[in-house]
Amino acid sequence: MSSFKTFDIAGSGMSAQSVRLNTTASNLANAESVSGDPNAVYKARHPIFEAVRAQLNAAGPQTAQSGPAVRVSGIYESQAPAAARYEPGNPLANEQGYVYAPAVNVVEEMVNMISASRSYQNNVEVMNTSKDLLLATLRLGQG
Amino acid sequence: MKLDQYLSVHAAALDVRGKRTELIANNLANADTPGYQARDIDFRQAMARAAGETPASGVHLSTTRAGHIGAGATSEAAANPDLKYRTPLAPALDGNTVDAQLEQAAFAENAVRYQATLTFLNSKFRGLLTAIMGN
Repeated sequence: MSSFKTFDIAGSGMSAQSVRLNTTASNLANAESVSGDPNAVYKARHPIFEAVRAQLNAAGPQTAQSGPAVRVSGIYESQAPAAARYEPGNPLANEQGYVYAPAVNVVEEMVNMISASRSYQNNVEVMNTSKDLLLATLRLGQG
Repeated sequence: MKLDQYLSVHAAALDVRGKRTELIANNLANADTPGYQARDIDFRQAMARAAGETPASGVHLSTTRAGHIGAGATSEAAANPDLKYRTPLAPALDGNTVDAQLEQAAFAENAVRYQATLTFLNSKFRGLLTAIMGN
């Protein structure tokens, strides 16, 4: 039945947004994880969203979708260079006295977090409304 | 009297509204997907199709030779003739044309109309029950 697909769609949106929230949390938590080796330092992670293309179904001409609507096709690591800081007292510093901080843009991550949580709420709202509509449909003819 | 006739357009309208709910949910789920293009259903055309009419569909290219390709010949457009792409007001740089506020408004509107259709159907059934019970 087509009405239940709305739940799959909203669910896939919620799952994708929670992956985005997870990567944001990971980036923010590791924003100050310094390392003495610029190659070993933490790299900011970002999910790649992908729309699942409508698949045609020969049985029903009006069928729009099979499977969830959005999926995370991968997570890429930012290639931005690590920022060098001169901290000779830091036990992690290299011979020259430098530590390397990950290239995490905290402001960008906060904006990402707000955007992800709003989109998540949107999907929750869609699911709630669909649930109400379906329950009303089930009560059809009962008064 | 046939039940289908008695319910008139409302049964078909409920179906189309259900499909539209699904489409707008899809748009909202893909609000952050690069390159995703928002879609909506042409309600008038879908209802005309449900009523058994063949709606006049846009522009046609006449094909005079075997190798010619007619307009709108993609298999997806042929399978879902009522699905249209939304005209974006301000498309994002990443090619996404979902306007979350617009979609939310459309979703709310669709939900209210779905409930209105349910109310119509309910009153139809109540009418039938009154006729059967006779009280």
